[in-house]
Amino acid sequence: MWNTIFPYLLSGISVGGQYALIAIGYTMVYGILRLINFAHGDVFMVAGILMVYISASGVPLFISIPLVLILTSLIGYLIEHIAYKPLRQAPRMSVMISAIGVSYTLQNLVLYITGGLNQLYPTIPWISNSITVGSASTKIVTIFTPFLTILLVFALVQLINHTKIGMAMRAVSKDFETSQLMGININRVISVTFVIGSFLAGVGSLLYFTNYTTVIQTSGAMPGLKAFVAAVFGGIGSIPGAVIGAFIIGIAENIIKGLDIILFKAGLIAKPLGLATFSDAFTFALLIIILAVKPTGLFGEKTTDKV
Amino acid sequence: MSNTVKKKGLSREQVLSAIVVLAFYIAVFVAEQIVPSTSMLFTVLKKGATYALVAVSMNLLNGFTGIFSLGQAGFMLIGAYVYAIFTIPIAERASVYQYYNGGIVQVALPIFIAMILAGLVAAFFAFLIGLPVLRLKSDYLAVATLGFAEIIRAVFQWDKLGPVTNGSNMLRLFPTFNDFNIRNANGDVTIYLSTLVPMLIAGFCIALIILLINSTFGRALRAIKDDEIAAEAMGIHLASHKQLAFCISSFFTGIGGAMLAMYQTTVQAKSFTTAMTYEILLIVVIGGIGSVTGSCISSFLFVACSEWWLRFLDQKQMIGSFEVPLLRNGFRLVVFSLIIMIVVLFFRQGIMGTRELPDLFRRKRKKTGKEARA
Amino acid sequence: MKKLLIAVLCLALLIPAFALADGTVKIGVFEPASGDSGAGGKQEMLGMQYANKECPTIEVGGETYNVELVYADNGSSTDKAPSAAQQLVSNNVSVVLGSYGSGVSIAGSKYFEDAKIPAIGATCTNPQVTAGNSHYFRICFLDPFQGTVMATYAFKELGAKTAYCLAELGNDYDVGLSHYFQETFEALGGQVISDTFPTGTSDFTSYLTNAAMYQADVFFCPVSIAYSTQIIQQAAGQNVQFPILGGDTLDSNVVANAAKGTNVTVTISTFYQEGANAAFDEGFKAWLNSDAEAMTNNGGNNMISAVSVMGYDAYYTAIEAIRAAGTTDSAAVMAALPGVTLNGVSGAIAFDETGDAIRTSAFIKSVDTATGDWVFVAEQTVE
Repeated sequence: MWNTIFPYLLSGISVGGQYALIAIGYTMVYGILRLINFAHGDVFMVAGILMVYISASGVPLFISIPLVLILTSLIGYLIEHIAYKPLRQAPRMSVMISAIGVSYTLQNLVLYITGGLNQLYPTIPWISNSITVGSASTKIVTIFTPFLTILLVFALVQLINHTKIGMAMRAVSKDFETSQLMGININRVISVTFVIGSFLAGVGSLLYFTNYTTVIQTSGAMPGLKAFVAAVFGGIGSIPGAVIGAFIIGIAENIIKGLDIILFKAGLIAKPLGLATFSDAFTFALLIIILAVKPTGLFGEKTTDKV
Repeated sequence: MSNTVKKKGLSREQVLSAIVVLAFYIAVFVAEQIVPSTSMLFTVLKKGATYALVAVSMNLLNGFTGIFSLGQAGFMLIGAYVYAIFTIPIAERASVYQYYNGGIVQVALPIFIAMILAGLVAAFFAFLIGLPVLRLKSDYLAVATLGFAEIIRAVFQWDKLGPVTNGSNMLRLFPTFNDFNIRNANGDVTIYLSTLVPMLIAGFCIALIILLINSTFGRALRAIKDDEIAAEAMGIHLASHKQLAFCISSFFTGIGGAMLAMYQTTVQAKSFTTAMTYEILLIVVIGGIGSVTGSCISSFLFVACSEWWLRFLDQKQMIGSFEVPLLRNGFRLVVFSLIIMIVVLFFRQGIMGTRELPDLFRRKRKKTGKEARA
Repeated sequence: MKKLLIAVLCLALLIPAFALADGTVKIGVFEPASGDSGAGGKQEMLGMQYANKECPTIEVGGETYNVELVYADNGSSTDKAPSAAQQLVSNNVSVVLGSYGSGVSIAGSKYFEDAKIPAIGATCTNPQVTAGNSHYFRICFLDPFQGTVMATYAFKELGAKTAYCLAELGNDYDVGLSHYFQETFEALGGQVISDTFPTGTSDFTSYLTNAAMYQADVFFCPVSIAYSTQIIQQAAGQNVQFPILGGDTLDSNVVANAAKGTNVTVTISTFYQEGANAAFDEGFKAWLNSDAEAMTNNGGNNMISAVSVMGYDAYYTAIEAIRAAGTTDSAAVMAALPGVTLNGVSGAIAFDETGDAIRTSAFIKSVDTATGDWVFVAEQTVE
């Protein structure tokens, strides 16, 4: 039984780690701006496209990887500056629409530049190699991802808890207006948030696309949506919540893909039911169940409306 | 519009508005008889009418009730499937349901009954979904409805439901807009109605929504939007009002879905993605959240820009011997999305703000009194 | 001001935009240039563009017409296909070529039918494309045939007893071909497990694990190029033991490139094997080498994909039909099409009563993982 489930768990943990890196961006931005940044998944995709083009121009990896991360952070900063900052005083709905607009624009821009063709992601040595673990063969990146994810999350939590800017971020997410009155430079805090979120999405894209090697303009949509669901699942605004949510969703999704055979081997069903059809839908079903039971997610803070 | 409700009879503005709408319909009818039926104009009008209906019903939720739902694509899917499943001629079923021995549904309903059924089934699903979801607040509600749309999409694609839904395969050969054309014995078209009828259907449904918005119920919805707690204190039952608004909106979205099926001539669950919901949301915002007229105008503009006017940007263009740079496949969408960004960033009120058609005439009469209107 | 703008825009809605230049015959190219099938669609278009370059004019009724290709990108999706089809219809094309991908062809079909414009499919192999209508024709073989070829090959040549089929949900081509594969394979005495994945999936590791768990001997995935390249690469990462089989969509240098340097066996059925017509190969390669954009659209090298050959043949079929009709009127071209015969690069082309090409053989080829080239395996004939 273990041998049957193990490969799916392995895939799940790996993809969960990648979702986690994207989900952090969602959850941090939401924590501060109360904005669902729909463009975040596309920033992740653009990071993939940048890597493709930069590598194709012959730049060696030790330059291209940092370059991609810097450019991705820069894109995150610019998006905030151009599309969200002018709307700071506008209703929340306007900002969210702006996010959808940015997502639309990024996708169409990439469609235009790539001509709509799938781009093959460059091979990053070592982590692309195969490795056999127990009953499964996989790429090293699969094993590597969860460790790197946890390391980065640890660093991020340190940053938030023990630095000045981290304290400012916590203050802003607690109370936007009061922290402004206390002399915190809100715009700087928000910019830093976007830069960190985009940087992590960039790291996520390196890992994700090394595993699943094609990039196309819609590549960011599904991972983005799943990561977002993970963030809501864990209680949006909470970083540990987002990470745990992402791992749960990654694992659940892969178990569903193999559920037919798992049930079959366990003797519970006689023939396949085609349950793999629900691999994406199950993520959302899980979300709705959680929201119905605990409306603010696993680790979400309980908010009370003042009358 | 709100301050005219109490009056008996119609105000001057309403009469003028009715004349404008009527003139528009007559223009469509005339154009349809004169202009070759292959023109993109009719494509835009048909798809625009469909999107207008869906946008207005989304506006009923987002703009008038303050329920931020992102489940439109799911309800359209239900509408489109119900319509298609119940109208495919029995003789054609063997070929459509080729992998499922002709399917198990063996009736073919008249078009309009199937459309109403489409709306009812969508409303029924909305009722079921509404029970757990409508308790949620703003963003959580949005995400939950978005999730439901995705779940519905997967359920309709499930192989085990194939005898009903044809699995993930296409449904086709059901009556389309072109079947509204009146033909003579030779099968040649004598009177073109393939654009006018869908526009009338959409117009009729939108009129019903407007009546609803201006009723007591509609005012209760607006009260909920402004302040839930205050509305509750005034004796408005929140849960039932929200539930009813959600079902009504989904009913019309379902009919919109049936119209989309007729427009597309084929239906496939795969194409009802969140991107479709976002498109409709953009239409609502560009038109002005809280304006029915705005939603209608912007859906026609949106469809015309994306399908027709900007098409030339996708092809190489020569001015004399000079080849215009940048133009190639995909450029249209880049320009289009930039236009959307500009509208979103600089024209936040959208085309109409919260004004309606009659307000435009009112403004002409006395400009200063306009601002005072709530 | 805003009101005026709206009024102007609304008026513009009513201005019909159509113009037909004299001395030009328009051929509509209904192909995906973006989306999952974008790569394949572009390669099919290359064949048409090359043919158009080779034969840019046509003699109709004693007058010389320029042939203009009008493109409409159906975006590989059935919801974008209607407006792309209508764009071609509103351009008054005489005949339509395409599309790569059966689903989009079916989705566009009704619009061509209503406008009485014939369509010639180059590589859309699903039977439903031409069944039950008189305006859609095709020059390739059909899925029942292709499914039989691959199932027979897997069972008899590879000795497979269990096959795992993977198809994209809602893709008529994938689902259809898997269905016919399963039918034949089970009739031969084998066992088939089928799975489907949602559009936009990029993580196929669990599906590959499924196949391994079921102890499948072959992995049949007749999916778009976008997905097949991912499957092949992930299969390489997982060291899978079974060969990957596919249909004609996989016949692309992009797929061959993905398999290059791995230990995955990729075997497919297709329409054409490079080298069968030396003159065409040479001319086409020379054109690719001279045109940077064409080269990019061909995936960066000058290997010839079967779909390009089919696109080329489809173009000449259309030219023959217009010539036979003696007019550029689309209804007349439609009437002339059933009688058209052609000695194409991919073989002799003639239509049967449903509008399908009469073909009895398919090529089976496989990737040489050392060089990244397609190598000929067998020519399979089924009665």
